[in-house]
Amino acid sequence: MSIVIVNYGLGNLAAIKNMLCKLGRESIITSDVDMISKANKIIIPGVGAFGKGMENIKNMGLLDVLNQKALKEKIPVLGICLGMQLLTSHSEEGNVNGLNWIPMQSKKFVFDTVPKPTVPHMGWADIEYKSSHWLFKGYAEQPRFYFAHSYYINYDPAFAIASVVYGFRFSCAIEYENILGVQFHPEKSHKFGLTLLHNFATRS
Amino acid sequence: MRRVRIIPVLLLKGNGLFKTIGFKTPNYIGDPINAVKIFNEKGVDEIVVLDIDASIEMRGPNFKLIEDIASECFMPMGYGGGITTMEQARKIFNLGVEKVIINSAFEKNSGLISQIAQEYGSQGVVVSIDYKKSLLGLAHVYTLGGTQKSKNNPVNQAKLAVNAGAGELFITSMDKDGTRKGYDLPMLKKITLEVNVPVIACGGGNDMEDFYRVITESGVSAVAAGSMFVYKGDIDSILINYPSQEEINKLYARL
Repeated sequence: MSIVIVNYGLGNLAAIKNMLCKLGRESIITSDVDMISKANKIIIPGVGAFGKGMENIKNMGLLDVLNQKALKEKIPVLGICLGMQLLTSHSEEGNVNGLNWIPMQSKKFVFDTVPKPTVPHMGWADIEYKSSHWLFKGYAEQPRFYFAHSYYINYDPAFAIASVVYGFRFSCAIEYENILGVQFHPEKSHKFGLTLLHNFATRS
Repeated sequence: MRRVRIIPVLLLKGNGLFKTIGFKTPNYIGDPINAVKIFNEKGVDEIVVLDIDASIEMRGPNFKLIEDIASECFMPMGYGGGITTMEQARKIFNLGVEKVIINSAFEKNSGLISQIAQEYGSQGVVVSIDYKKSLLGLAHVYTLGGTQKSKNNPVNQAKLAVNAGAGELFITSMDKDGTRKGYDLPMLKKITLEVNVPVIACGGGNDMEDFYRVITESGVSAVAAGSMFVYKGDIDSILINYPSQEEINKLYARL
């Protein structure tokens, strides 16, 4: 069975499928409960508003199957950008509860420094990462990734496997058991994203 | 190290890639998909693709071409041209494009910006502002590919766009377009002082020194250029090019 990219009506689904295709990995974009229930890996994509994302997941009847796959079967899950923030318990974006798979929160960027960094945080950044972690294996040079977000997840070493500084340090990759999330867009980060998605796709 | 995005801007007319001077005299460059493949291999930070005929011809985006371009992009891509409805914006996001760029439709229907921002987040919606200076030196916004004069000035337009929900502004000086004589630093500075979203500078970029000046003197978050990345030397020699990572790192080291 191949990788399922969950289509909950938001997110740049095609871009992720494109990059997996370039890696020679088959993937399916679907919102079909049966298809998702057969997945052995799940990607929850990004690009969208938190409230709309959770509303769609519930209205499309995907909540039960996602909980089953992530929490009971414990298959590898990768959330990307908004998909990472949905893994948390709550977001300040619309004051909405998330999937609550990782006990963290999504907060709005507020800066009190002068000059204030612009929001959204948009652009490329060098990340600090746990080099021993399987998601980051194979980087010969300092990896950089593309970010585009207005909300962030605190830096907490208990769950963070990578972090980045924009105004202050925050989590840009988190992990709890089988569940992972990245704030940046690997599917839009050239060779650095290819390596990361290869690592996820080949994880047994 | 602070990384400031360096963005090639590709102009579409029909199925071809063109470059203008002062929004006029479009010069045929080549096949857009081929150009994007080359930019992808060069590892560019991001690309912006603008269909410069769509709004003037009162037609929607060319979805097939956008899809073909997006499938070659392993970097972020913004698309603008002819987007007037939420349905069109959704379709473009679904093709693998991260950002939709709205220009002419913003004046008629600023609610479109809010609607896209609510559904896709403000990082997904860019408002582009084209402006030209009158003989008296007053800057006016123009829409419909620079053919329709608006009553607004670019600074006010920028503020309105951010209030409507734009997550980024793409500012083009029509006077500077294609001239390779450097960016309009005073105007860009006025805009960055008034808004707290990323501003992309466009129009007039010729070399890394221009990038350095516009970043340090006007406070923009990203630099965009057309001619610089499609011509080598004069206008007759077309060559898709992009600075090497070493050159870019030298620029970053000075910021």
